[in-house]
Amino acid sequence: MSRWERFLDSFFNAEVIAAYLPSIVDGFFLTIYLALLIVLAGIALGLALALVRSLQVRAINLLIVFFVDLLRALPPLVIILIFYFGLPNIDIRMSGFVATWLSLTLVLAAFSEEIFWAGILAVQKGQWEASRSTGLGYLQTLAYVVLPQAIRLTIPPLTNRTIAITKGTALGSVVAVAEILNQATTAQSFSGNASPLMLGAIAYLILFLPVVVLGRWIETRFAWRRQ
Amino acid sequence: MTATGNGHVMLRVRDLRKSFGDLEVLKGVDLEVVDRELVFIIGPSGSGKSTLLRCCNRLEEPTGGTIEVDGVDLLARDTDINAMRRRIGMVFQSFNLYPHMTARGNVTLALRKVLRKPRAEAEAIAGEALAKVGLADKRDAYPSELSGGQQQRVAIARALALEPKIMLFDEPTSALDPELVGGVLNVMRDMREAGMTMVVVSHEMQFARAAADRVVFMDEGVIVEQGPPEHIFAAPAHRRTREFVSEIQRH
Repeated sequence: MSRWERFLDSFFNAEVIAAYLPSIVDGFFLTIYLALLIVLAGIALGLALALVRSLQVRAINLLIVFFVDLLRALPPLVIILIFYFGLPNIDIRMSGFVATWLSLTLVLAAFSEEIFWAGILAVQKGQWEASRSTGLGYLQTLAYVVLPQAIRLTIPPLTNRTIAITKGTALGSVVAVAEILNQATTAQSFSGNASPLMLGAIAYLILFLPVVVLGRWIETRFAWRRQ
Repeated sequence: MTATGNGHVMLRVRDLRKSFGDLEVLKGVDLEVVDRELVFIIGPSGSGKSTLLRCCNRLEEPTGGTIEVDGVDLLARDTDINAMRRRIGMVFQSFNLYPHMTARGNVTLALRKVLRKPRAEAEAIAGEALAKVGLADKRDAYPSELSGGQQQRVAIARALALEPKIMLFDEPTSALDPELVGGVLNVMRDMREAGMTMVVVSHEMQFARAAADRVVFMDEGVIVEQGPPEHIFAAPAHRRTREFVSEIQRH
């Protein structure tokens, strides 16, 4: 067997691919489902925290900053393992899916809170003053004047961070979530062949490459000339 | 020229004090502005003139004293500050237009969200206000597509559309290139002729001479001297006023 044939046989073996493609496809859809739940909950929670923080209540803000820093400092895998293997000791049980979802949601919420908060701060004080001087209230000013500007500023960093964290769904493979990587490694050990891993890599590319390209498009779409 | 009407006091400031930490910026200011009056406030930077103006719609919270606008105590606990603010127009040095909205969007926002006007009515009012400042054809332009002078006129229209009882101008022309100042001053002159009560912090001396009823000179947190423009500019009584006036007239 030539080197080239051995390479093809190891990484793109037609029989192995045919046998395990269905399970990788299942993992693909589960990954999409998990990623969507993380993105929706994580960004919504992050925005909510940033809005609460903008009310400038000292005790609450200290608490937010504490948890946000904690979640940003810990490796996501550590959080997943604590939720999945640690919490049952105090009778809190969750599936690997929930543990992965909750961990990554909290991590994304922490990062996006910081990003939204930076965006809110970046809107000039004069914008608040102009709006308030015409009689709009605090929340109205936030909703109609500040957030539309803040969110445009946050889109590039938020897109990058969201992609980075949703790729973390692969961590679910260690707590028995049947997502792409889990399916691929299982298939790899059954077949003794690396082709399922290549399928998994291709599945990730199909999933995330469009998101990366979309992020780039949104970035240019939302940039507007600064005055 | 004086156009003061019935002598109704539109703005009454008594013993106004404002400190930022240890720094006392306003040290007991008394000021009355009557209906249809145009009052100019001049003074060196740091004299407290902008702070005085910003206290008059509570963008700054005064440390002491009282402020009444059209007979309503602005600092009272039961005063609805948002309801008062829409009757106190404010124009800023840096325009502060909302960059994500068109000129018309800038003007209609408060009409729709504060006064709860239906869209069509708000847009009609905005169209009128923009016409008053000579920008009827720019209603769909974003701030970034407008010159500084045009932006400031949109900002004036934004305040004007709410039918304020008094307009406060915080150095409205000092961020503008010289050739754009005239357009803004013309709009302010039109407003004065329409009977608007105005308090203007500015160093546009020629405009003050031509249009102001009264010029107030502030220094170090107090009003040093006030009077008709010809008096303040030609024959000021105080040394500090003389020094300041000769200093700015040299430029």
